[in-house]
Amino acid sequence: MSESISVRVNGKIVSVRAGSTVAVAVLASGATCRVSVTGQHRSPLCGMGTCFECRVAINGEPQRRSCQVLCEANMEIETNG
Amino acid sequence: MDSVKHLRFDVAVVGAGPAGIAAALAAADSGRTIGLIDDNPTAGGQIWRGAYNSARPSASSIWFDRLNKSAVQIVRGARVFHAAAGELAAESDDSVIQISYGKLILATGARELFLPFPGWTLPNVMGAGGLQAFVKSGLEISGKRIVVAGTGPLLLAVAAYASKCGAKVIGICEQTTRPKMARFGLKMMLIPDKAAEALRFAYNLRSIPHWTDCWPVAAFGNRRLETVRISRQGQTSEIACDYLACGFHLIPNLELPRMCGCRLRESFVAVDEYQQTSVSGIFCAGEPTGIGGLELALVEGEIAGYAATNWEDRAKHLFAKRARHQKVVRILQDAFPLRPELKNLARPDTLVCRCEDVPHERLCEHASWRAAKLHARCGMGPCQGRICAPAAEFLFGWQIDSVRPPLFPVRCSSLVALSSHSAPRN
Repeated sequence: MSESISVRVNGKIVSVRAGSTVAVAVLASGATCRVSVTGQHRSPLCGMGTCFECRVAINGEPQRRSCQVLCEANMEIETNG
Repeated sequence: MDSVKHLRFDVAVVGAGPAGIAAALAAADSGRTIGLIDDNPTAGGQIWRGAYNSARPSASSIWFDRLNKSAVQIVRGARVFHAAAGELAAESDDSVIQISYGKLILATGARELFLPFPGWTLPNVMGAGGLQAFVKSGLEISGKRIVVAGTGPLLLAVAAYASKCGAKVIGICEQTTRPKMARFGLKMMLIPDKAAEALRFAYNLRSIPHWTDCWPVAAFGNRRLETVRISRQGQTSEIACDYLACGFHLIPNLELPRMCGCRLRESFVAVDEYQQTSVSGIFCAGEPTGIGGLELALVEGEIAGYAATNWEDRAKHLFAKRARHQKVVRILQDAFPLRPELKNLARPDTLVCRCEDVPHERLCEHASWRAAKLHARCGMGPCQGRICAPAAEFLFGWQIDSVRPPLFPVRCSSLVALSSHSAPRN
């Protein structure tokens, strides 16, 4: 077993493999990442930083592309979804 | 205000995928200062995503090993958003980086082409390479039901990978015809390095249905994907699944090469035999010069790295190897042309632009990409048309025109910091 790491997604503790991206933690939590300009729930599409569907707030900083950020212990992740 | 860092390299390489790594290592042989700049948290690009820190040995290990032992300076998490007058500007989490260079090698890779169909915006409808990227980034898919759809050999790789990770791959929906697919398989078997790979895929995929003349028509679900409707040789059916991994082959990332003024030829960066672009001192390697896969990217990268450090003899030695791998480019082009039926998947209310939620019917009113942007806000959101512009090009035949700085949305503080430190000029 590889080492795991815990973060919070909308207050809920989620455990992921060390080295996972924040997008993976959000997917694992069951939350969606963002709500679109017409109110649709969205989750990641491209996985490589181009589609911007995976935007969430990380440690209070909004609009971060969660597929480009690695999870760190006790990170606070907030989604709109 | 963000701090401004200044970096100076004899050779700057943008993109730390296979082409960029090979380019940086070849250039480093000269003893000059080499910078390898990438927007991801770790090197490897897409195909070697997650392999950098992996304890498991793989084909990439030897390259990562060489990279770690080399003098190449890796600049991770740096998104290049401007290029002008021999300088690049990049943004990292906490600073703006001004990078000046003697020679520049662009290895910006490719992304997937996504085509809109009803329900493609539902959560858990992802790219084919997209799903694979998430699994490589830690997503657990054991026991999940996955439909892989779209076109191209990437679908086979994704299905094999997902299956190995414990997912139940229900089927592969390949839009191309069975004769084209069969010819593709045969041609690949005739390329020495590819035959083993093709056989390995065939073995790994032996229990997964592979349907040709097949594509997704619609995806359904309450807040997230529950079923996908597919068309298979003219018949439609519905499949319950957890993920739809759907991509219609690869398209090159041309934003930075275009901003650098590099001339294009048939939608790819035009290069000479030394991988030099139309701009003297700027080289390009890998998928932006033609979609040809890993081996071609590596050899193009090496040629560019040697050429950029005036080591033409070494570069020349690799020309024959490159020519062998270039055959793949033509085989891929012939095997997977997109069929016209795919243009009719989007309904009037199907969104084409996911950032600004612009439906297909709002685009039909316009005659050009530019008009659609100005009047409907298509391509005006954060992805800056990276997803919808290639789709619109296929659907409407529009030419996608200029790129402008910043190449990515950046913090205001980055622009301010840069302008107070002599911003790159246009």
